Amino acid sequence: MIYLDLFIGFLEVGLFSFGGAYAVIPLIRDVVMANGWLDDEMLTYMIAISESTPGPIMVNMATYVGSEKGGLLGAAIATTAVVLPAFFIILIIMVIMNRFLQNQYVKAALSGLKPCIIGIILVTGALMILKNCGLLFDGKTDILTIGLTCGIAFIYFGSRIIMKKAINPIMLIWMSAVVGIVAYAL
Amino acid sequence: MPILIDLFFTFAKIGMFTFGGGYAMISLIENTCVENKKWITHDEMMTVTVIAESTPGPIAINCATYVGYKKGEFPGAIAATLGMVLPSFVIIYLISKFLNHFLEITWVANAFKGIKIAVGILIVDAAIKMLKKMKKKPMQVIMVCFAVVSMILINVFALNISSMVLMLASAVIGIVVFSINNNLRMEHMKE
Repeated sequence: MIYLDLFIGFLEVGLFSFGGAYAVIPLIRDVVMANGWLDDEMLTYMIAISESTPGPIMVNMATYVGSEKGGLLGAAIATTAVVLPAFFIILIIMVIMNRFLQNQYVKAALSGLKPCIIGIILVTGALMILKNCGLLFDGKTDILTIGLTCGIAFIYFGSRIIMKKAINPIMLIWMSAVVGIVAYAL
Repeated sequence: MPILIDLFFTFAKIGMFTFGGGYAMISLIENTCVENKKWITHDEMMTVTVIAESTPGPIAINCATYVGYKKGEFPGAIAATLGMVLPSFVIIYLISKFLNHFLEITWVANAFKGIKIAVGILIVDAAIKMLKKMKKKPMQVIMVCFAVVSMILINVFALNISSMVLMLASAVIGIVVFSINNNLRMEHMKE
């Protein structure tokens, strides 16, 4: 039953989404791929769209996948599921356990969890780039994409060093869209 | 204005302008809820941020629930959280209706190919930023390596292990290491 699958899938995402926007991407990828809801291609597009529209990435993803798989009701169910854990955890902390986060075992668990998440994000991003360039497994090496990736990365990281001012993510996305339109049309 | 309606619309407004992830909107919430509406104090705002960082879920939702509950108990929490989610829900729902047709246009598809490059770079950059901020004690460094190696193995051998399993394992390792250290310290003190 798709509604139940959506609910459980995005409840998992909401429950394990520690560490901010980019930390959820590997998690969403797992859930969405395991259920066959989106392929790598659409997932990447949706990350870009989520970045360029308001709202937390995981909420946007839940709405999109829910709508694709189960219409308006599906979207509502998936979005509710992804928000539910955060909602109740805050309520619980406020009402009964305001010392919860001071607990040393909770602190110990978080101290293991946080670095692990960083590693997961790092590999997810790196694999995404390599795969996109066709450098992974049985992909076909895509020289043009490799060149564009180096160029865009150079501009993004270079601007921070040279101009001491970072290009913000939304600008980078728009810029890359223009580069894509020009470069892939030739 | 009744507080529930006020909460709903205030957070809907915040929800409409939270581009680019959690931290960008903390200042927006601070502005609205602390300075304008005086719903919570600056110290409380700091507390929510810390709680939000240590609990799952988007910071935006954590903040909305916190402020909502503070001002209107359970109904308030629901009103604020609903308000926060509604704008992006409507926008993404509309996009989902026409995205597939949109992608059939060649130049749009090319634009998205370009965007794909940016997304990979942004994710790696997010990880690098977090690495820089992380305390580099042996435990932390080992956990990062553990995650990186596990993730690579999972992908190379196409193992069916979710990153949630890695996260649970890392939390357990954190507790075990802490308990061992604690015991050692206790024994040390006995001597």
